[in-house]
Amino acid sequence: MFSLEYKKKSDIIKERLTVVVLATSATIAILTTIGVLFSILFQAIEFFQLKSLWYFLTGTEWHMSHDESVFGALPIFSGTFIITIIALLVSIPVGLGNAIYLSEYADPLKRKLFKPLLEILAGIPTVVYGFFAALTVAPAIVELFGAIGVNAAYNSALASGVVMGIMIIPVISSLSDDVLRAVPSNQRNAAYALGMTHSETIRDIIIPSAMPGIISACLLGFAKAIGETMIVVMAAGLRPNLTWNPLEDMTTVTVRIVDSLVGDHAFDSPQTLSAFALGLVLFIVTLVLNMVSLSQIRKFKKKYRINRL
Amino acid sequence: MNNNPFNDPGLAKRHRGAWLFKLYTKISIVFTLAFLSFFIFDMVRTAWPALWQTYVQVEVSYTAQSVKVTRKAIDRKYSKIVSRAWLRTIPQQVKDKPELLGTTQLRWVLADDQVDQYMKSHHHNLKSKQIKIVDDLVSKNKIKLDWNDIFLSNGDSKIPEYAGIQSAIVGSVLTLLVTMSIAFPLGVMTAVYLEEFARDNYFTRFVEVNINNLAAIPSILFGLLGLSVFINLFGLPRSSPLVGGMTLALMTLPIIIVSARAALRSVPDSIRQAGYGLGLTKQDIVKDQVLPVAMPGILTGSIIGLAHAMGETAPLIIIGMIAFIPDSPGSIMEAATVLPAQIYTWAGMPERAYVEKTAAGIIVILLILISLNATAIYLRKKYEIKW
Repeated sequence: MFSLEYKKKSDIIKERLTVVVLATSATIAILTTIGVLFSILFQAIEFFQLKSLWYFLTGTEWHMSHDESVFGALPIFSGTFIITIIALLVSIPVGLGNAIYLSEYADPLKRKLFKPLLEILAGIPTVVYGFFAALTVAPAIVELFGAIGVNAAYNSALASGVVMGIMIIPVISSLSDDVLRAVPSNQRNAAYALGMTHSETIRDIIIPSAMPGIISACLLGFAKAIGETMIVVMAAGLRPNLTWNPLEDMTTVTVRIVDSLVGDHAFDSPQTLSAFALGLVLFIVTLVLNMVSLSQIRKFKKKYRINRL
Repeated sequence: MNNNPFNDPGLAKRHRGAWLFKLYTKISIVFTLAFLSFFIFDMVRTAWPALWQTYVQVEVSYTAQSVKVTRKAIDRKYSKIVSRAWLRTIPQQVKDKPELLGTTQLRWVLADDQVDQYMKSHHHNLKSKQIKIVDDLVSKNKIKLDWNDIFLSNGDSKIPEYAGIQSAIVGSVLTLLVTMSIAFPLGVMTAVYLEEFARDNYFTRFVEVNINNLAAIPSILFGLLGLSVFINLFGLPRSSPLVGGMTLALMTLPIIIVSARAALRSVPDSIRQAGYGLGLTKQDIVKDQVLPVAMPGILTGSIIGLAHAMGETAPLIIIGMIAFIPDSPGSIMEAATVLPAQIYTWAGMPERAYVEKTAAGIIVILLILISLNATAIYLRKKYEIKW
């Protein structure tokens, strides 16, 4: 004794409505990206109407005054680049070493113990790293180099670079760890069958196989380093300084953005607008890095037909 | 030995290489863990003195004159010893207890930050005359280090000994309430759409690319968005938890979406098929069967997103949440500051007394973050279902 009920019309409408509401919420992600892009783009265009784009990209002098402000961002880019390179010099070897240890050498117990500790490191707010860099690392560097007779600035690029590198270690190690573990075990077994030692297997088989994923992790770390704000705001300098010496003070894109937006300039003054021009550069560079990183990981997944990760 | 066809003369060298390689990975993990422990040790060591605050016992005379000119309430020689902030509360004390007026009381009162730093044998700016007074007080047992309850019960102050994190905590709570009430429903709805309803078409793929990009955009650029859209375009109040919360919500969104999708994906298809077999509509299956099963996973991801938003500073600086806020904000429209922003402002203060306050604020924020993450792990362990 049962009857087949047709769906009521109101139910169908309700169901359609749900899907529409859900799809609308999904568009928020698109709207936000577009919002970020346009909010930066419009002000940046306004800035480039006032100042030359060419000089912005290649000029070596950046100073602001009431009558004549010059915006050549090359020293700012170079400062960002040097601090980022220092950060990567710390984080890539250590991060990769961590990933290899955790995925290959550590027994399950050690893995269970060390992974959450690395997650703690990843969870420390950047403002805390900034305080640590300014209070502990920077004076230590000044003392260390003072002992061998070299002068270092209290807001040296080295201090913020090293601390930033430590901040990025978990970024690189957790993604590399996932990738190394995803390499199919038949590769490993084949290497053992040929009589390779464990380390040789890792060095010559596993790491080359996982290379796209490792590159992806490093690019992600790179993007994270150039976009990092609090560490450099608190520990690096404010002065645009075109130099290769990591013991001198330098400034970065993010420091300049913060500095020009927390002052009391009018919103449409070139000082404020320059922050958006720098923001546009930052946006484009991180977006490109992220795209390349994603395409690398896709390559890895396709090669070994891995669906997770 | 030499007739052994499996003998490899380079074997010893190969094993040494293997040993070296393993050593390198071990050194790197030891370095990481050593840094972590040194870092925590350094923070705790710096924050430790902030647990106590110096109090001195002086005679306070509540007269009509001292209510007006508060520094007259104490002996002149103690004017640099007693906290200015405490003296400012004298009119309020008299208002609360009118019978005090006209009396002279021997009371323990808050000491100046320089005295406090001297007592903790840090760097201080006391003159030799004042040091003599303080030493005299010490010998008479009229000065003591007492439990510092000001730190948790007071708001920010320009006078270091009177500064606390209460207003920053209230600001953080308000901001994160706004963040979660926007990011959680939006994130879960997006995840449900992408996992359960969406077909694999250009729109879906475009959404996915955008979510990936959102996760990679540096946080400071969200601050630029908040500044030019929420503040300049919509005209929302600057420095308010509303704007801060909305900005952080956009940053937290990708974290929640990704974890919610993973949670939904881990629900086995047999549950959905059983629902279809019983004649349920897709909507009912998702609402009554799939979502409840996936909820612990979604909550875990949201808590991790919340912890992320809690420690974020850069975008909030851009939208002005580093203002000086001595009193807790009453609503999400008032100017406020958040815990990490408070740490940033204190870190920039010239007075030595702020260093320990900053470190203490850091310990507070780390404790909150660790307990949030522990809750997430506990939830995951407790409700994890192995299919």
